[in-house]
Amino acid sequence: MNMKRKTDTGNMAATPGFDPGRRRFLGTVAAAAGVTLAPGVFLYTIGASKPAIARELDVAVSDDVRWGMLIDLNRCDGGCNECVSACVEENGLQGHGRPATDAQWIRKVDIRDPDTGSSQSLPVMCQHCAEPPCVDVCPTGASFKRADGIVLVDRHICIGCRYCMMACPYKARSFVHEELEDQKPHAPRGQGTVESCTLCVHRVDADRLPACVEACNDAGGGAMLFGDLKDPESEISKQVASYATRQIRADLGLDPGVRYQNLV
Amino acid sequence: MTLRRISIVMVAVVVACAGLNAAQAAMEKEGGDKGVPLPVIARGQGDSCVADTQLMRRNHMTMLRHQRDETMRDGIRGKQYSLKECVACHAVMGPDAMPVTVASPEHFCRSCHDYAAVNIDCFGCHASRPEPSVAVIE
Repeated sequence: MNMKRKTDTGNMAATPGFDPGRRRFLGTVAAAAGVTLAPGVFLYTIGASKPAIARELDVAVSDDVRWGMLIDLNRCDGGCNECVSACVEENGLQGHGRPATDAQWIRKVDIRDPDTGSSQSLPVMCQHCAEPPCVDVCPTGASFKRADGIVLVDRHICIGCRYCMMACPYKARSFVHEELEDQKPHAPRGQGTVESCTLCVHRVDADRLPACVEACNDAGGGAMLFGDLKDPESEISKQVASYATRQIRADLGLDPGVRYQNLV
Repeated sequence: MTLRRISIVMVAVVVACAGLNAAQAAMEKEGGDKGVPLPVIARGQGDSCVADTQLMRRNHMTMLRHQRDETMRDGIRGKQYSLKECVACHAVMGPDAMPVTVASPEHFCRSCHDYAAVNIDCFGCHASRPEPSVAVIE
C-alpha cells in the first residue's frame, strides 16, 4: 500500500480534511518553486511525479510508513516554548500547578557545555522508538507500538503500574494523578493511567501535522520536520540522508523516530 | 416426638410468610404503585440513530468496545460507531446553553445508566460533552 503523504512540505498549513485536489495543487506549487529557485536546472520531476495519496481511513495502518521527526537545533531558540504550549493546548494538558507530577508530553531541555560555555535547547518528547522499552516491560499489553511506528498507551487496559515510566530512558511518560474532566474529545486521558506524546495521532490520521510541528512552523523557528522515514521521496528522508543527524542515547539501540540535527 | 417438632417449625414458617406478605402490602399502599421514575432520555439530532433503538439499547457497549480497539490499535477511524459521535449527537444543553457533562443527571448516558444502576467507566478518560465550538450546531 502506498501511503505517501506530503505532510512534510515545510509550512503547509493545517488541512481540516484531506483533499486530493489541493494536494496535487501543492505538489505543482512545489515544482514551480523549485524551478524558480534554481534557474537553469530543469526540475520537472519534483512534486508532480508522485501525487500524495492519503491512507483510506477504514484500512489499518501498515508498516510501509514510519512516522518520524527531525529537529534542527540551529533553528530552535532557547527562549521559545511554542511547541510545548501548542501541545498543552491541543491535548488539554493544563496542569494543577504541581510541576513534579503535572503531565508533560513535551519539554524543552537546555544543555550547556561547561568547558566552552556553548548551550543548546532541545524539545524532548516520546522518541517513538522502533524498539520501545516501555512496550517490553508493560505487563498488560497497554503500551504498544502502532504499525506505523507511533508508540501509544491503550488506557483501556493500562493498570497504572508505571513500569513503562521506569523503563523509558527519555522520561517521556507521565502518570495522571488527579481525576480529570472536560478532556479534549480527540485526546482521552484519565486518572490512574500513564500517557505520553501520541505524535498527535488524531491529526496524523487526518493527514495533518502534529501540533508542535505546526506551532514551530507558524510561530517558532521552523525547526521541526515531520514525515515518513520510509519514503525516500519525503523531505525528512532526504534531510536525514544528506545531513548528519543524531538520536539521543543512540547507544541504547532503541532506534528512536525522533532525530536531532546540529546537536553538539 | 419428631413429628411434633416438624409441625411446630411448619407453623412458624407459615406465620412468618403471612407477616411478610402483610408488610409488603402495607408498603405498596404507602408508596403507590409507580416504582422508580423512568429516565428522561434526550433525543439525538437528525432523524435516526446509527442503528435501531432496541439494538442500540442492548448492544451499544459491545459496538463501542469492538470499535475502540480497531481505532486505537489500527488507526481505523470514521466508522459507524463512535463514542465521540454519540456524545456529540446526544448532547443535552444545560441552563447556560452549554452541553452538560456527565456530572449532570440529565446527561444522555447518565440518565439511563442511573436508572439501570450501571456504572459508566468511559468518562473517566473520554470527554462527556463535545467541544463547545462543535456543540453550537443546534
